Amino acid sequence: MFSAVTGNLAYLLGGFLTNVQLAACALAGGIFLGMLVGLGRISTRKWVYRPVTVYVDFLRNIPLILVIFWFYFVMPIIAGRPLNAFVSAAISFIVFEATYFGEIFRAGYQSISRDLVNAAYSTGLTYWQTVRYIMVPIAFRRMLPSMITQSIITFQDTSLAYVIGLQEMVRRTSIVDSIEVRSIQLYSFVALLFFIVCFAGSRVSRYYEEKGRRANVL
Amino acid sequence: MLAYSFDWSVLWRQPYGEWMLHGIWYTLQIGFLAWILALTLGVAVGTLRVSNRAVLRFLGTAYVEFFRNIPFLVQLFFWYYAGPMLFGKTIQFEINSISGLNYYVAIVALGLYTASRVAEHVRAGFASIGQGQYQAVLSTGMTHFQMYRYVIVPLALRLIIPPLTTEFLTIFKNSSVAMTISVTETTFMSYKIDSETFHGLEATTGAMLVYLVLGMSIVKLMGLIENRFKVQGLISR
Repeated sequence: MFSAVTGNLAYLLGGFLTNVQLAACALAGGIFLGMLVGLGRISTRKWVYRPVTVYVDFLRNIPLILVIFWFYFVMPIIAGRPLNAFVSAAISFIVFEATYFGEIFRAGYQSISRDLVNAAYSTGLTYWQTVRYIMVPIAFRRMLPSMITQSIITFQDTSLAYVIGLQEMVRRTSIVDSIEVRSIQLYSFVALLFFIVCFAGSRVSRYYEEKGRRANVL
Repeated sequence: MLAYSFDWSVLWRQPYGEWMLHGIWYTLQIGFLAWILALTLGVAVGTLRVSNRAVLRFLGTAYVEFFRNIPFLVQLFFWYYAGPMLFGKTIQFEINSISGLNYYVAIVALGLYTASRVAEHVRAGFASIGQGQYQAVLSTGMTHFQMYRYVIVPLALRLIIPPLTTEFLTIFKNSSVAMTISVTETTFMSYKIDSETFHGLEATTGAMLVYLVLGMSIVKLMGLIENRFKVQGLISR
């Protein structure tokens, strides 16, 4: 009944591991860069605010698939040699997701009262110390549900690395399907795996959302 | 740095210029047609989610969770490759022989997927309408169906125009995924230009500008619609 899946289980799950690894890189890089992008978006200095805003507004209008292609074409020119698909995909994801995480961080920073930041400065903290110890932790905690939701979207998006031939799960499934011709069971299996991970993630997000609403602090 | 000589003429030189125009035309078609499906179905599903019958609520929730938690690429492949098989051998061959099947599948898949997102906004719109409004409508003697049809849905739709603008933008961006089943839209065409000329960088940069202009036009258009349909007496932006 499920022979096409069970017979190629290790191969398919290996692909899923690639999705997980790509998502991990994208999230680590995207969230870190997003923190800085968020700071740029609330900056009062025009030379910081303007370029960052152009970067965010531009990329949020572009389909991710096109960004993946673009980096796939531009990286060999910059690096001087062909890069492997994983590195190229990881870079495109970081640059792309940072704009989305940046907007989440911006909303988080903007929810912090001016007084709190001034109080931090008055204790002698520098700008970067205030960012590191006050703004980022608070923004992160308040925006946790949105961050988790965006992380789930990022995880789903890793399947798009299919287009540059990365051996992730959908690519491997289509390879197996071209041999076995068992599309129903194979694609149902991929869908099920993604569903389990993403559904669990959305429950976690909902939990923190409720928790935040109940506590209503910070 | 690899020696690379730019050739921007791949964006307008024939036949590539024509390919790009064809791609833009297809992106517009897929986006608009899928949007009609997404909006109709999304409003229906969103209404189910606030129904007072548990069965209907469950159906609405199941729909949303199902379509939101599976990557769109996987959904598209499922409908395109596995979909026809669901009908059994004879009908499967009939379906597979339809010309332009990938185009229709892309529209339906994108519509079904986006409907789940629209439904969530519709639900949020309902939630933002005060209880008093519901009670007032029911007290005039309207049935539940009439209440939704004539008061709540029209009001909620007007309230959620800003988030729907975002979804409308997203549907054009997501239509690019249709390239994976060889629908000849903008992204597909920029990739095709690369495979002929090896100038993918110029082609994809051009495609990016297409999406940028499209996105900005939609924001403008939706701004006009929002203004036209704004609810009197509410704080507007």
